[in-house]
Amino acid sequence: MFLSNMKSLRTGIIPVLAMVLLAGLSACNKKDAGSADNEILIGHYGSLTGATATFGQSAQKGIEMAVDAINASGGVLGKKLKVLVEDDQGNPIEAQTAVTKLINKDRVVAVLGEIASSNSLAAAPVAQQNRIPMISPGSTNPKVTAVGDYIFRVCFIDPFQGLVMAKFATNTLKLKNVAVLRDIKSDYSVGLANFFVENFTKMGGTIVTDISYSQGDKDFTAQLTAIKAKNPDGIFVPGYYTEVGLLARQARKLGIKVTLLGGDGWDSSKLWEIGGDALNGCYYSNHYSVDDPSPILQKFVADYKAKYKGTSDSIPDAMAALGYDAALILADAMKRANSTRPDSVRDALAQTKGFMGVTGNTTLDENRNAVKPAVVLEVVVDAKGNGKNVFKETVSP
Amino acid sequence: MESFLQQLINGISLGSIYALVALGYTMVYGVLRLINFAHGDVYMLGAYFGYYLSRAVQGKTPSHILDAAVVMLLSMIGCALVGMVMERLAYRPVRKASRLTLLIIAIGVSLLIENAGQLFFGADPKFFPQLIPETHVQMGGLMVTNQQLIVLFTALALMILLNLFIYRSRTGKAMRAVSFNLDAAKLMGINTDRIIALTFALGSALAAAGGILVSINIPGIDPLMGVMTGLKAFVAAVLGGIGNIFGAVLGGLILGLAEVMVAGYGSSTYRDAIAFLILIVILLFKPSGILGKGQVEKV
Amino acid sequence: MKRILYIFGVIGVLALLQWGLTAVLLDGPVRQGPYYYQILVLAGINIILAVSLNLTNGIAGQFSIGHAGFFAVGAYVAASVSYYGGSAIRAAVSFIPPMGQDAVVLLIALAAAALATALAGLIVGIPSLRLRGDYLAIVTLGFGEIIRVLILNIDAVGGARGFSGIPKLSNFFWVYLMAVATVVTVWNLVRSTYGRAFLAIRENEIAAQAMGIDVTRHKVLAFVIGSMFAGMAGCLFGHYTMYLHTNSFTFVKSFEIIIMIAIGGLGSIEGAVLGAVLLTVLPEAFRGFDSYRMIIYSLALILIMIYRPQGILGQKSLFGKKRRKSATIDAGPTGAKSVAAETGVAGKQ
Repeated sequence: MFLSNMKSLRTGIIPVLAMVLLAGLSACNKKDAGSADNEILIGHYGSLTGATATFGQSAQKGIEMAVDAINASGGVLGKKLKVLVEDDQGNPIEAQTAVTKLINKDRVVAVLGEIASSNSLAAAPVAQQNRIPMISPGSTNPKVTAVGDYIFRVCFIDPFQGLVMAKFATNTLKLKNVAVLRDIKSDYSVGLANFFVENFTKMGGTIVTDISYSQGDKDFTAQLTAIKAKNPDGIFVPGYYTEVGLLARQARKLGIKVTLLGGDGWDSSKLWEIGGDALNGCYYSNHYSVDDPSPILQKFVADYKAKYKGTSDSIPDAMAALGYDAALILADAMKRANSTRPDSVRDALAQTKGFMGVTGNTTLDENRNAVKPAVVLEVVVDAKGNGKNVFKETVSP
Repeated sequence: MESFLQQLINGISLGSIYALVALGYTMVYGVLRLINFAHGDVYMLGAYFGYYLSRAVQGKTPSHILDAAVVMLLSMIGCALVGMVMERLAYRPVRKASRLTLLIIAIGVSLLIENAGQLFFGADPKFFPQLIPETHVQMGGLMVTNQQLIVLFTALALMILLNLFIYRSRTGKAMRAVSFNLDAAKLMGINTDRIIALTFALGSALAAAGGILVSINIPGIDPLMGVMTGLKAFVAAVLGGIGNIFGAVLGGLILGLAEVMVAGYGSSTYRDAIAFLILIVILLFKPSGILGKGQVEKV
Repeated sequence: MKRILYIFGVIGVLALLQWGLTAVLLDGPVRQGPYYYQILVLAGINIILAVSLNLTNGIAGQFSIGHAGFFAVGAYVAASVSYYGGSAIRAAVSFIPPMGQDAVVLLIALAAAALATALAGLIVGIPSLRLRGDYLAIVTLGFGEIIRVLILNIDAVGGARGFSGIPKLSNFFWVYLMAVATVVTVWNLVRSTYGRAFLAIRENEIAAQAMGIDVTRHKVLAFVIGSMFAGMAGCLFGHYTMYLHTNSFTFVKSFEIIIMIAIGGLGSIEGAVLGAVLLTVLPEAFRGFDSYRMIIYSLALILIMIYRPQGILGQKSLFGKKRRKSATIDAGPTGAKSVAAETGVAGKQ
């Protein structure tokens, strides 16, 4: 049945030839990707659209601001920085294609991105294989930097974040019985929930129930009813803002009055827009607080407000701040390496110590993770639905 | 026990959402034998029309109920127009083509609305204004909100109205005639084009009503919200016996209850699977659905 | 004898191309080489998917919207084989050079993927016999989603995390070898008695049955073969991207494959190939217009189905006059080829 005559052979080869032809056509069509001699190209891939769109958009705003600031003060090594952005729609495989494109087609010397850990995990092997440094602004899952020695991050990792919330729940809120509701589709949420459970039980607390939902769900009443039956005095929901907002509302509808706790996935102005006053008295751990009086941070907040005045998110969230820091740390490494060669930049990045950014003092450890403090924020929403985060406490590693 | 009763309420509340969307599905399928994949997306459009309208309308009329009524009516008209345009441009030219062609076009229309939605409305979720302020009704330890009750009773009311319309009115009779045999209906002097356009308009208006009612209940809307809801509503319609009005509501309620029970007592990760599992089991034992009438294939 | 020669000929040509592409695109002078190489490989994988779905949908007329499910089964099964069993296999064949070991691991993974998806195809195929048309479509869609949810709950393959750490074993050579094998198999199948039976079932099931065709058996066969190839495509995909996530296997992916064959021409093998290539290359070409690209697609899909429901290459056995004996049998007759030659995309050398 296989290859019965000449005709079938030709048929088999046709697609191959067509491929080669197409590849040839597109290769002839290539343009040098705008890399003028006085520019250094860096790439950013993020979820500019999709369910976690504010993450990518905020990070991009932060990166833009950092690059403008760097270029305004003379650029790096006498050249201007230029950021090329690719949208990955919040989809891991799109993230991989986007990074392949940035590295191989646009020939960027370094890549910034992603926030969501699943997407960073998909794209990191591409950067590692091509030996291009990648800095994730906000992926907190430990596995991301374990991909290889070219992968860095400028935020804390989930084991620490889990510890912070466990400490806060135990010591500050004096909670004993906590229910966990995790987003089973998100790597970040599953990981953070595990670290929270581990630390919370170690500190003497009890996890009364540990159940899950899926990203994209809109109805959480079944899970919440099951939780209500267990009568916990707090619920840990390490999810993303869209679901958390809806979930908080439904919890209150069902008469669940206890505190909800979460992680940095909550950080978006969309959170209280969707959740409204159902979120009052809920807490989450984050990378920084706009209330922090540090002058470098206050200047950043003021500049950000000035630059993005009139848009819906004129107060920088943590993703914007982390994007800002990631770009600054990259530029700093290039200056110290006195080169834009990816391997020299990588070596310089690995030696980042005590960099003062808006999200605090950043030192990269031997696993290329940032060691830095976390803050716990309280969500306060007024009757009109205007929300803000109120700084509660800082927890250092 | 109390928590079980609460789960029942949750399930019925979720199920009434599916039922509401399934009504429109079942109408279009009943008349045209077309799975209108875009129905879920019209539901999304209805919610977005409602979103923009209520920002314009809210507070300008004397009462909340009037606000909601105005928004709902306008949005239903808007979606009815969308449905008619959709039918005229995409489905009518291929009405005589194979079912496969129709199905692929339906997929195309669905993708078109979803992506246009992402472009025009933005991909990030939006908060749907609380047109009807929420009040809790408490019965012992059980909690129900007025919004949940509104969704349920609207679904039931629409079911009855729709049934009356189809079995009691002249137009309904014409619809049934078209559904039985398009060519024969034409020969009897029925303006089939008009009837089919009307079916789409009615189905889309129902979808819009569903979109708004659901969004009042669950206020996060995004351009892809119709995908899963639409799919499950279709499953509900098939489950109940597609083309059957009572079947759609019954299927929706069964589906909602099944999902909630799986999520509440089993693992919630399987809740998306349960809908399809039930569908497959039902179709294997009764391919025409619970209330559907079996059809003999003619040669 | 001649047959073996052809096989070696194809392998030789592909190996040569692989060597050439590596030299030119990956290590060589073309600046954006690796990017083009990736598109080339992904196009190959899509060709396998489209041609195999075309067997089930276009030729046997069993409309399935669950192809991504089989694609996923193959990808995850194969990835688990090489991830968990890779070192054991290598140890067993340690006497051959590393490159050969890679090939052995990949082939075993491919075989496992083929077996697993054929089985999955059987499981889906048998109950679906009771259903037809729209019901079948919706049930296959349901099966695809169930498969995805099940994978999401298996922690050994990463669950929500995604499956990372898969060795990079597949490349241009393997993908196109598989693509050629898929095309040739489907091509031969269509020209065999099986193919005639498939076409007969598609055109009229009852008439086919009356002619003495075992409808049940042929429907299941079409499902099993179609899904088997999708599984092998999954194997090559996983071993190329080195990372799998259930988000890549939603029903949107199934829709995408359907669009490929619908645009190319339902039932036409060349059409499926063309559709697969177009739908891989065009999105990349339109990368700058991300937000418009899906709108353009869906519009194109609607317009093509309205004005040219037979797809770009068409399927003359349905719409045209029956020309020659061969033309009625193979679903992509000579007429289609001349169109291809004119457009210069899939013509003969």
